[in-house]
Formats: sequence, C-alpha cells, structure tokens
Amino acid sequence: MNSRRRVAKAWEMVWVHALVWLLVLFAVFPVLQVIGISLRPGDKLYSTKLELVPPHATLAAYRIMLTEKPFFHWLGNSLLVSLATALIGVALASLGGFALSRGRFRGRGGVLQGILMTQMFPATMLLLPLYLLMRKLHLVDTLGGVVIAYVATALPFCIWTMKGYYDTIPAALNEAALIDGCTPLSAFMRVTLPLSAPALVITALFSFMTGWSEFMVARVLLASQDLMTLPLGLESLFTTYQTEWANYAAGSLLVCIPVVALFLALNKFLISGLTLGSVKG
Amino acid sequence: MAKVILDKVSKTYPGGVIAVHPVDLQIPHGEFAVLVGPSGCGKSTTLRMIAGLEEITSGTVSIGDRVVNEVEPRDRNIAMVFQNYALYPHMDVRENLAFGLKMRKMPKAEIAAKVDEAARILGIESLLARKPRALSGGQRQRVALGRAIVRDPDVFLFDEPLSNLDAKMRVQMRAEIARLHHSLGATMIYVTHDQTEAMTLGQRIVVMKDGVVQQVAAPMELYERPANRFVAGFIGSPAMNFLSGRLERADGLRFVTGQGEAVAMPAAFAPAAAVVGPPLVLGIRPEHLELAPSGAKADLTALVQVVEALGSETMVHLGVAGGTFVVRCAGQATAAIDQSLGVNLRAEGIRLFQDDDRGLALPLA
Repeated sequence: MNSRRRVAKAWEMVWVHALVWLLVLFAVFPVLQVIGISLRPGDKLYSTKLELVPPHATLAAYRIMLTEKPFFHWLGNSLLVSLATALIGVALASLGGFALSRGRFRGRGGVLQGILMTQMFPATMLLLPLYLLMRKLHLVDTLGGVVIAYVATALPFCIWTMKGYYDTIPAALNEAALIDGCTPLSAFMRVTLPLSAPALVITALFSFMTGWSEFMVARVLLASQDLMTLPLGLESLFTTYQTEWANYAAGSLLVCIPVVALFLALNKFLISGLTLGSVKG
Repeated sequence: MAKVILDKVSKTYPGGVIAVHPVDLQIPHGEFAVLVGPSGCGKSTTLRMIAGLEEITSGTVSIGDRVVNEVEPRDRNIAMVFQNYALYPHMDVRENLAFGLKMRKMPKAEIAAKVDEAARILGIESLLARKPRALSGGQRQRVALGRAIVRDPDVFLFDEPLSNLDAKMRVQMRAEIARLHHSLGATMIYVTHDQTEAMTLGQRIVVMKDGVVQQVAAPMELYERPANRFVAGFIGSPAMNFLSGRLERADGLRFVTGQGEAVAMPAAFAPAAAVVGPPLVLGIRPEHLELAPSGAKADLTALVQVVEALGSETMVHLGVAGGTFVVRCAGQATAAIDQSLGVNLRAEGIRLFQDDDRGLALPLA
C-alpha cells in the first residue's frame, strides 16, 4: 500500500513537472525566436527556420542598433519618462494610500471605489479624451504630457497597493511616533515609510514599467523624432518599403535588458511585495 | 505638578455612536489611576483623548495647569505604552529608546546617558543592539517601558500593556510597573480590562461600562462598597454571587427568591426597614459564605456542582435557589459533587442592590 502510494506520488511529480516545462516552453519560445532573428545575417531575414542560432550568426544587428541608430537617444527619453513616472507615482501613491488607509473622512469609500473603477476602462477608450485634454493643456508632443498620462494610468493600482500595505502596519506605530515628538508628516516619513519598502519597490517598478514599455499613448501624444521613446523608436524601424527585422529583434532585446536587470535586482522585494496583505504581520 | 483633570469629557463618533459619556475625573500628581471595564466601555478612548490621539467631542482635558484639547500629542509631554508594544521595527533597541529624545533635539551625549540609564533601570542593557523582532514579548514590553521613562514625561499612559503577555510574564511585569511608579513617583494612567491588574496596581480605580463611569474609588473601597451591581460583579475573582428576590419579614428576616425559595438572613443582618418589599438583588462574595457542618442549621441548603481545589483554597460551586453560588473555603474542602450542603451567609458580607438597569447599591445599615 505504502509503496503504491509512493509510485503514485512519483508519477504525479512527473506529470506536474512535464506540464510546467511545457508552459515554460510556450512562454519562452517567442523570446528564443527573437534572439534567433536578431542573430541572422542580412540575407536570411525572411527565413522561416526556427533554429536558435542560425547559420552564419552575427551580432551585426546589435552593432547597427547601438551605433547607427539613435538608440541611446530613445533610451534617454524612455529613462527620463519612466523615472519621472516612477518618482511622481511613488510620491503620490505613498501619500494618497496613507490618507486612504488611516484617514476617516466623509467619502473615503467612494474615493476608493472610484479609483478602482478607473481600472475598468481600457486605455484605448481613453485615448481620444486624453489627446483632447493634452491639446488644451498644450502638452501634446512634450515628454511632460506623456509622463502625466502614464502617472494617471499607474496611480490607481499604486494607491491600492500602498493602501493595502499601510493597512498591515499597526496604527500604534504612527501614534507612538506622534507622542514621541513627531509631526504627522515626520511620523509618516520616519516610521511608516521606511517600513513600507516592499510596497514602495513594487509601486516604483510598476510605474516604471508603465512608462518603459508603453506604445499607444506615446504614439498618439508624441510626434517629434527628438522625443521618441524606445517603443516608438523600434516602431520607426518599420518603413513602407522595408522592415529591418534583425535590427528590430536586436532592439527589442536591448530594451528588455534594463527591465530584466531591475526585476532580478529587486526580486526579493517583488515577491514580498506581490503577496502584500495576504498575511497580516 | 502634573495632575490630570477631565472636565465633562465626552466622545461621540460620526454617526452618533457615543463612546464616552461626559466624564469628570481628577488625577492628582503622582497618582496611579486605573481605568477598568469590559471591552467597548470607553476606557481606551478616554486614555486616547488624554493622549491627544482621539479628538474630544466636548469638555476639557487639562494636564498640569493647561488645557490641552488643542495641543498636539507631541507637545503634551506624555509617554504612552501600547498593548502591541509599538516598537519601531526598523530601529534597534537603542534607537527605539533614543527616538523621542532625538525628535526633541537633545544633545547626543545626553541622549546616550539617558538611554543607558533607562536600560539599566529595566535590565535591558544587553539588548540595546537588537532589533525588536529578536526580542521576546516580555523584553519588548520592557523596551516600550524604557522608551516611556527615558523621556521623563509629566504623565505615563498605559493602554493594556500586559494583555499580550503570558500569565507568568504578566505578573512579573505588573510588579515591575508598580516598582517603577514607586521609584519615579510620576502620574500614571493605566487602562486594563483585567480587574486583578486594576486591584493590584491602582491607587484609585475608575470602573467604566458602556462609556459611563460607574465608580471611582480606592481598590478596597470598590471591593467592599461597590456603588452598583455592575461594579460588584466586575471587581473580585471569583465574582460576587447574586440572587434576585425580595426581603420579607416573617419569623425573622428572609430573602425570598423569584422561584419562591427562602434564604434565612443572619440575625446580625439589619438593613433599613424600607427595603422590605421591593424587588432586590442580594450580593455576597465567595469568602463571605461558609459551608455549614453536616446536621447543623444553615441559612440555605444547596447542591454541590463543581469542586475546584487550588491548593491553598477550594472553590465550591453550588446550585442555589435557581442560580449558582461560589464559596471560597480555606484549605481543602471535603465537599463532593451532588452532595447536599448547608451554607451560611456572613452578615457583614451581604450587599443589596436595586433590581433594575442601574442596580444601585442600597446604603449599608
């Protein structure tokens, strides 16, 4: 009986692992393909072969992207927009989330639900009103306009994340700080905020990602070549007569590198940040 | 002189829920006052209003000679010890102790000296470099106490500081707090739901229920002369025994219960004549009941339900006239379950209360 159960358990493990590997393959396959394409020499761009390392593999596409295209200019724009979005997003979400977690004011529930409701609308639906609004504010074709749009998009999720995290920090800590000589703001800065590092990291990362990989809003709001962010820059590789597939693939991979590095660096915070509120500490 | 005066202080929450009805209370400098009552009685809210953590709906709170209603908590020169310790988790013990002094911009050398002194008083010198998560419950509460004493405040506020500790540690910390009060001589206001803590620590106890102060008195006065039935039942462990009925005068004074059972009153019991007739509640503490020797005449007879031998004393639970009485017997009682026993009431222990919502105590003869 015991050994039969052990065999059944072993089979279960085999099945589970097989399924996981299959899913991983599905997830990773497109990335591997992009790597393969980025390594193809110029005369093999339209090949339908699926090898990871094509015959006569070359890093020429990477060289072209880094030296002949204004890749670093796009990168600079993207960094500027994403960092500004992350910074403003974290600043607003950390304060807004705190007010909604600790404050007991009229209309608090309505505000919380209203913030959640904004997540129900697809971004495409908001494009036209967003464009009209930005035009009225003279923010079309400025990086500032894009940052405002990204912050507005990221803020609801960030506020809820921060609020959820503050809810798990005992209010007595803040009160102890008030009695110990803090003003409400200094109690927040010295006690609550340092304890919220996991939530701050995930909020910052989410805001950063919103700006980093976003295409549609940037496409609508930005027209000048000078202001192109990375996704727009990559899109410019598509032309009417020719698409530089190897360059495009190399560029896509280069765009991913900072984000992957960021995820790896903040791995520890991310896992604790994503499970926020699931266990009361 | 840091006396604390509450003048008709009340708290009503938005939505009209009254947490604290107007409270009048004067706590002189150096007194250890305890606010005690069941959950939701308004004791913590009252303390938080004194601390400035809760807005006052009406009335005034004064600390020393100044009204502090509009004064921020940081400017009231108070220190508070919380139930969940409220130590800053990202700071080590030394930083926790020093935080309040740092916020008051005290010179570094002076902070270090004060922290060391507080650590010495509480015996936590070896813990100064540790983070709160590396401390046991008792050690954390000791650090929380240290954070309070290092500030040298006018008033110490304690919000159920021992509730998260195990029974043994609670007794130890209780003694520590009492010792601290004795050595510092500071005004202390202590909130607890545990009447034993209230009785052992308080010089004066404020009993609260449903946001209303029921009685303010010294521990033994509360115990011996409770103002109403609630106080009588809340203070003392095991609780006072109660029996509903009325006094009748027939062949001596007797208390007739609702079920028609009569309990003969001891000859020495002589309440005012006016109490004969109306519905009353008779209260008597477990130590004022005595088991009668078998065969002897007794005030009432009862059936033994439970016998709890505690070593130095025995609690005998008896089924009496539709209710339950607990009798505290010195040493080991020989009662057995289902045994029928005679019980005598000691006259000086009998208290009478009105049988209504307020349950006011009738004046003793």
